Amino acid sequence: MFLIVLTVHVLTLTLFVGTAVMIDLRLLGVTMPRVPVSEVLARLLPWTGAGFLVMISSGALLFYAAPLLRYQNLFFRLKMVTLVVVGVNAWVFHNTVYRNVAEWDLDPVPPRRARVAGGLSLVLWAVMITAGRMIPYQVYWFDCNRQPRASIVNLLAGCSNEAQPQTVE
Amino acid sequence: MSLLEFCKWIQFSPPLVAMRSSSWLFPVIATIHLMGLTVIGGAVLVVDLRLLGFGLRRQPVAQLARDAEQWLLRGLLVSLATGVLLFMCFATKYYYLAFFWVKMTSLLLVLVFTFSIRRRVTMVDETRMSPVWSKLVALVSLSLWTTVAIGGRWIGFP
Repeated sequence: MFLIVLTVHVLTLTLFVGTAVMIDLRLLGVTMPRVPVSEVLARLLPWTGAGFLVMISSGALLFYAAPLLRYQNLFFRLKMVTLVVVGVNAWVFHNTVYRNVAEWDLDPVPPRRARVAGGLSLVLWAVMITAGRMIPYQVYWFDCNRQPRASIVNLLAGCSNEAQPQTVE
Repeated sequence: MSLLEFCKWIQFSPPLVAMRSSSWLFPVIATIHLMGLTVIGGAVLVVDLRLLGFGLRRQPVAQLARDAEQWLLRGLLVSLATGVLLFMCFATKYYYLAFFWVKMTSLLLVLVFTFSIRRRVTMVDETRMSPVWSKLVALVSLSLWTTVAIGGRWIGFP
C-alpha cells in the first residue's frame, strides 16, 4: 500500500514539477518563444494545480505512515521549507512583475525580474527533488537515535532528550 | 561473453567500485536522474496534452512539438547518462530484477515510438490529421512513459 502511494507521489511529480518547469522555462525565455506568457500560465497552471493536490494528498499519506520519523528528518524539513519558498516566490512574482504582463506578454525573452523568478523557481524545484529523494538516507547520516550527534544536527532535526518512543520501520 | 558476465565485468571495474564505496555518489546520481525525468515529463506532457485537446489548445501542434522536443532531448540526455551510470553500479543485481527489464523494454518502445510515429503525427499539417489518430498517439505515448516510470520505481521489488 505504501508502495502504491509512493508510486503515485513520484509519478505525479512528473506532472506537477514537469508542467511547472515548462512554465519556468518560458519565463526564462528558453522555450516556446512564440507563445504569450499569459497563455502558457493560463493553460498549464491548472494542470500544475491538479498535480499539486495529488502531491499534497499522497505526501500527507506518506507522512502519516511514519510521522515521527518524517518530522525529525532533516531532508523532510528542508523539503517543506522549500515548498513554502516556492509558494512565496510565485506569490511575489504574481503581485509584482506579472501585474503588467500585457507589456511583455509577447516578448520571446521576458524582463529580468520575470527571468529571476523563473530561474529561482527552477533552483527551488531541484532542491526540493533532492531533499525528497534523500529522505530515506537520513537513517545513515543524521539519525536522532544514534547519539552523540553534533548539536546543530540535533537542533535542526528536533531531536529531544526524552526517551524515544519505539518506532516500527 | 554472456550478458551476465558483461554486467559482472562492468560492475567490478575500478571506476564503479570507487562509485560504490562513496556513501553519497549513488544517491546524487539518482537525484539527477529524477531531475532529468521531470524535464522529460514536462516536455512530453505539453505535447501529449495538446494532442488530446487540453493545455495549450490554441497553439499549432507542430511548433509546440518542435519547441518541446528541444527540452525532451536534453532531459533524455541527462536521464540516459545518469541511468547508464546507475545501471553499471549494480549491473548484476538489475540483471535479475524483472521490473528492470520491464522498464528497459518500455523505454526502448517509447523512444522508437516517439521519434517515428509520434514525431510524424505532430509535424504533419493539422488539417490533414484526424483527431482520433492524434488522441491515440498521445495515449500510447503517455501509457508507455507511465510504464517506464512505474517499472523504474518498482525495480527493487520482486
